[in-house]
Amino acid sequence: MITLDELLEKDRKREEDGFKRKIRIGRIVKPVQGGRERIIVVPTTVEEKLVHDEIVLDEEGEAQPTGGTGTGEEGEVIGEEPIRPEEGEGEGTGEGDGEGPGEGSGGEHEFESNAYDLGRTLAEDFELPNLVDKGGKRTLVRYVYDMTDRNRGFGQILDKKATMKRIVQTNISLGNIPDVSNIDAEKFLVAPSDMIYRVLSREKHYESQALVFFLRDYSGSMGGKPTQTVVSQHVMIYSWLLYQYEKQVETRFILHDTDAREVADFYKYYSYKVAGGTKVVSAFRMVNEIVERENLARDYNIYVFHGTDGDDWDTDGKEALVELEKMVTYAARIGITVAKHSYARNKETEVEKYITASGLLEKQKNHIRMDVMPEDAEDSRIIEGIKNLLGS
Amino acid sequence: MEIVDQHVKSIMEGCKERARDAGLSFEDETLEYVVTNRDMVELSPKVMMPTLYDYWVHDVRVLSGKGMYELYPNNPYETVINTRPAISFYNDNNPDWLNVMIFYHVLGHIDFFQNNLFFKHTWDIDFNGQALADKRLIARYRSEKGRWVDYVIEFARGIDNLVGYHDTISRTTREGSPRYLSSLDYYFDIFLQSEKGFSQNEYLKEIERYNEILATHRNDTEDQFFIDVKIKFPEFDAFYKRYLDKKEQGRPDVLQFIMDHSSFLNKEENKWMKSVISVVRKTSLFFQPQIRTKIMNEGWASYWHETLFMGDDRIKGHEVDFAKVNAGVTAMPKVGLNPYALGMRLLYHIEDMENRGCYSLEYDQIKDEVKQKNYDRNLSIGRKRIFSIRENLCDFTFINTYIDQEFMKRHNLFVTGKRLNPQRKSWEYYVKSRSADAYREMVADTLYHPPVIKINKEKTDQGPLYLEHVFEGKPLKTDFIENTLVGIEYLWGRSVRLETSEPVKASSPQQRYIDFWSPPSPAPLDQEKKTDNLEWKRVLYVMEDRKLLKRGV
Repeated sequence: MITLDELLEKDRKREEDGFKRKIRIGRIVKPVQGGRERIIVVPTTVEEKLVHDEIVLDEEGEAQPTGGTGTGEEGEVIGEEPIRPEEGEGEGTGEGDGEGPGEGSGGEHEFESNAYDLGRTLAEDFELPNLVDKGGKRTLVRYVYDMTDRNRGFGQILDKKATMKRIVQTNISLGNIPDVSNIDAEKFLVAPSDMIYRVLSREKHYESQALVFFLRDYSGSMGGKPTQTVVSQHVMIYSWLLYQYEKQVETRFILHDTDAREVADFYKYYSYKVAGGTKVVSAFRMVNEIVERENLARDYNIYVFHGTDGDDWDTDGKEALVELEKMVTYAARIGITVAKHSYARNKETEVEKYITASGLLEKQKNHIRMDVMPEDAEDSRIIEGIKNLLGS
Repeated sequence: MEIVDQHVKSIMEGCKERARDAGLSFEDETLEYVVTNRDMVELSPKVMMPTLYDYWVHDVRVLSGKGMYELYPNNPYETVINTRPAISFYNDNNPDWLNVMIFYHVLGHIDFFQNNLFFKHTWDIDFNGQALADKRLIARYRSEKGRWVDYVIEFARGIDNLVGYHDTISRTTREGSPRYLSSLDYYFDIFLQSEKGFSQNEYLKEIERYNEILATHRNDTEDQFFIDVKIKFPEFDAFYKRYLDKKEQGRPDVLQFIMDHSSFLNKEENKWMKSVISVVRKTSLFFQPQIRTKIMNEGWASYWHETLFMGDDRIKGHEVDFAKVNAGVTAMPKVGLNPYALGMRLLYHIEDMENRGCYSLEYDQIKDEVKQKNYDRNLSIGRKRIFSIRENLCDFTFINTYIDQEFMKRHNLFVTGKRLNPQRKSWEYYVKSRSADAYREMVADTLYHPPVIKINKEKTDQGPLYLEHVFEGKPLKTDFIENTLVGIEYLWGRSVRLETSEPVKASSPQQRYIDFWSPPSPAPLDQEKKTDNLEWKRVLYVMEDRKLLKRGV
């Protein structure tokens, strides 16, 4: 059976041959009781054909009709499903992707080994920038593999200097070196256990603690591709964090339309949608408030990733910039992803405009980055984007 | 994957006897395999055909299938494939009584595969064996040509829904009778009327002349008749030949046309691509009827497993177990469609209506509902009717002919609508309609219906392949156009054009979302009216050097 790596390798070859890549990283999510959920990362692909499409009139239109059976007059409402499910509330009565009961909050995600696969493929390329020792309560452990451990008798690389020392030691204790000023190396007795080798070992790197905020615009305009793109990028960053930092990075999730709300876990973060307006400032403000209230800046390296389609009612960013400037003072890195609608391809979106105009990208180059990509960006572009956001 | 043991096989053979007694007909030989969940996950991307050619998309599906299975374990009771002998797959460890039910269901499917006329072109081959040969062929090419084989498969699969299934099936079902008119029929039916525009009077005179010759020259009527025709219309022979040529060519589907006429594929070094494409085409043709008879096939199998199981003496004491499993498979959902349930109920309904003689003028003329309900002529010909339906109809004709108001009423059916309630911030499900027409339309909308894409030969003769989408009220999925056309361009070897229709966007710009929360007018527009008012325009997609352009026509 072919592995994910082989598939992705094959996919890379397509570009050499002049075709677009076809494999995307998909996610299957299953909510499990107790607020925990399982996410499995799998490859997906679409076989494009000429097929009929539904006529989409408006985002607010009616959904496709389906069958039904039972009593009720024409026009009678038989069920209801909230568009914005609230935590802890029951499910909607209708069909659809309503969520299961959320019991408690802050449950850890049970990522499967596949997520680690994904994390691993991304791992070589980046690391969290600007990590500063905050001497906090807990340290962040990162593992690297190095040939540092020594082993007598067998191993991967012979450590010549250490071996020589060891041989000399043995020979001294054997009385085999009568004259220290005139050593004849050829007369040394060499025992197998004198050979010192270096072996591959996992080394802990202690780094300072990090907290990552994921922010996402979930307003109506984000529907469809911008959401997919942003969520794809965030899920990659997230699985990379899980892999690289062995789940020791703390994460917080914030969704916003005109108001911001914090959600408990990645599943909710990734699946909620709503059809409201957009005020980016609401999310920024919430991050600032949380950081201040919980006094997080003292103990944590704080990272903020924000995904948007660039729409903002606060068109010149007056409010948003105030919050952003505040954030820059403590954040190790702010990464803003703009997934542009295809119809806005050639013009700057509001968010782009005011962030560029503010000069923050220049002044605080080390702390704030913005990456603009089309809403239908491919995975390679999305990964490229992560590099842009995280790069030093 | 292993063959079921002797005990289970004997249950199957018992089921076959009883099914035959009830009127089902199928070949004697069948193969039953027990498979693991893993096998199932690995087989399903290959449409359960173990010998289907390898392709990376199948691997992707297996990987995601495994992920899916981990989170949502779910095992089908059975799967049958339309091979010779018919092969079916089962889970391990089913109790005997459950096997009886499953086997009846499977026999229903096999009977359907082997008797429904939409499958006729699959009757004379064992697809499993053919696919194995194809798989080896493709494996051999892959070792020679590397990943280019996969590109060819990909591009061919991109248009494998545009195969001329209906032409194929009509050719097979009409075997024996010629596909073109005799010169005499052509003369009267087409030549005189369309080509020469004879008036009715002239036309009748000509028929009279023929009848006179028929009376006097019994043996060589035609020759005698045509002597005069050829004097009068010296061009007749040329016309008839042109007609025959045109008929001979038929209406090639896009895949076939590309294979026949692509200068790129017909180069010596590219000929291997044609064999790959024809494997893809053959495979697609093979599976076409299955997609088009899902409701009927599942309904038929469910009808029979229920009918036969209830009369089976071997399962005494398991009626309740059966009821539970059966309900799980054939219950009508409160909201949604279940093809098993719908097809089965419709078959029962038809049988009952026919038994009572309701498909008659007399019944139609009854206006009184109570009288209609009590109408019964005790004909007991319903079984015969559903057998003929199983032979002659496909999902569309089945749904379209037989879903009537009586059926809606009997099962309390309705079309469910789903709409946004901005006040309550929720999706509302409501009873949209209880009319049979609306229900039929809703079901028909879920059926498989690939777009009809025709080749404009005149414009194609100028170089680029010119495709015309025959507009049927729905646009093409625009996201898919680019990659599909990249593939066609590759196979065709030159640029490709696709003419299609797209809705013209409403002239007012898209509303800001703020308007949505406080809509300007409280009364929402009627959805259907909106669809009706849509304006359509023809657009032309041009694919050249792997770049897509769109322009008006």
